Amino acid sequence: MAISFNNALGVHEQALLLRSQRSQVIATNIANSDTPGYKARDLDFASVLKQRMGLDAGAMTLRTSNARHIGDPTVSLGNGPVGEDALMYRTPLQPSLDGNTVDEQLENANFALNALEHQASFQFLNGKFSGMMKALRGE
Amino acid sequence: MSLMSIFDISGSAMSAQSVRLNTTASNMANANSAAASPDQVYRSRQPVFATIQAQMLNQANANDFGFSSDGQSGFGVQVLDIVESDAPFQQRYEPEHPMADGEGYVYYPNVNIVEEMTNMISSSRSFQANVDVMNSARTMMQRVLTLGQ
Repeated sequence: MAISFNNALGVHEQALLLRSQRSQVIATNIANSDTPGYKARDLDFASVLKQRMGLDAGAMTLRTSNARHIGDPTVSLGNGPVGEDALMYRTPLQPSLDGNTVDEQLENANFALNALEHQASFQFLNGKFSGMMKALRGE
Repeated sequence: MSLMSIFDISGSAMSAQSVRLNTTASNMANANSAAASPDQVYRSRQPVFATIQAQMLNQANANDFGFSSDGQSGFGVQVLDIVESDAPFQQRYEPEHPMADGEGYVYYPNVNIVEEMTNMISSSRSFQANVDVMNSARTMMQRVLTLGQ
């Protein structure tokens, strides 16, 4: 039986990657908190992860050959970055005069939570690795 | 690597915010600089922020397979321009002022101190938020580096 890293590491490898990509999206929001007309964005972690893991098999998707084609919500293969279309726009709680929809408190909270979840994913992944190491050593 | 680009994103925001803090400092320092005529008077300066769109261009050019080489969701901030305010400046009647014109008027800048104070607080808070983001990203990266140890 061949050892496949995809099966061995489970969901955590993808989760860790997605967490770091989400942190980038939220960092962009915080960076643009004073830019007029900037619309805050975020990705739906659960659905993107589902697509990455291929669990969303029932969903019908268009075949695309370019990232700018419509109907390519995520780059569902491999570990590539999140597609532009997977990023959704946040619904602002309060309208602002300059058209900016960044809520700094919300983004800060999301970033902190995401960092924590990133750590959790990392712990799980690290656990997988140390488990494998233990199995290899056979002590 | 997407954690790496957080440093660029937050860094660009930090430099934009410090430009904003600079204009605020300049405005407040010159709030009481009198001038002899309307065209010599200091005008309040304000930076214009804009999202960096370079990533969009990269995506259009170098990307035919649905993958881009680095994280494509990251946009930084740039200072597009620094504009001088068109708000009416103050004309005060001070005949004893050495710079007073023939009719005894001195011209003062159109700097709104309350606005500038608000700008100052807002920019320093935003700066702080970006420093926090950078710090968290650093911790996250350091943690990932210890994977499998």
